[in-house]
Amino acid sequence: MGKLTREQEVYKRWANARKPKPPLVRNTIAAFLVGGLICTIGQIILNFFLSLGMNLKEAGGPTAAVMIFLGALLTGLGVYDRIGKFAGAGSVVPITGFANSIVAPALEFKREGYVMGVGARMFNIAGPVLVYGMATAWLVGLFYWLVHK
Amino acid sequence: MDYLLAFLVGGTICAIGQLLMDLTPLTPAHVLVLFVCSGAILSGLGVYEPIVAIGGAGATIPLPGFGHTLTSGVIQEIEAKGFWGIFSGVLENASVGVVAAVVVGLFITLIFNPKG
Repeated sequence: MGKLTREQEVYKRWANARKPKPPLVRNTIAAFLVGGLICTIGQIILNFFLSLGMNLKEAGGPTAAVMIFLGALLTGLGVYDRIGKFAGAGSVVPITGFANSIVAPALEFKREGYVMGVGARMFNIAGPVLVYGMATAWLVGLFYWLVHK
Repeated sequence: MDYLLAFLVGGTICAIGQLLMDLTPLTPAHVLVLFVCSGAILSGLGVYEPIVAIGGAGATIPLPGFGHTLTSGVIQEIEAKGFWGIFSGVLENASVGVVAAVVVGLFITLIFNPKG
């Protein structure tokens, strides 16, 4: 391999600048933008409840409930899964994604009936999240009690 | 300003989730479980509250915020009731979210039919 001619060097720089970005970068940016946007909507809702005179702690639950409603509704309308194709984790990680993880499998398995279809499948992903989340918080609490009480 | 901070903090947490999904074999379900547990532990270590103070909804809306809600309820109830607060506290602050998710999720499923 000899030295590149001036022309080849120019071409190499030109080509490198136009190489398709690896999907990792694209995916991360998409997740950042959509996730950030969903949280900004959450902040608007949070500020609304704060403006009603609630304190920060009281406003947390109602804000989560409204976001869950929006996530569930958009899933029912078939919109949330289309956002998810573009946004990846940006639509999965916010609590709207938790609502989506409940409604999407419940809808899909509706034909298997309301007990073993809807009732059981809605916890496909929400189940593990609740099981391990509650167990972790319980253990943190036990540790806190042992240390402080 | 609080909107910008919510955007930046929430976006960063979601970007971390995306990197975990792309660079490790973890599925979205694994990432959700990992994030809730991480949030619960960081909250217990006193690390998550400062993130909430900066990011507002950017820290509470992503799933680690749900873990933080679980732990904050437990600690609050232990302070009020002692040992049995470990049990009664887990859903103390999270109950609104959990009940909303189950009940709203059910009603939306009853109203709509699967697309495509």
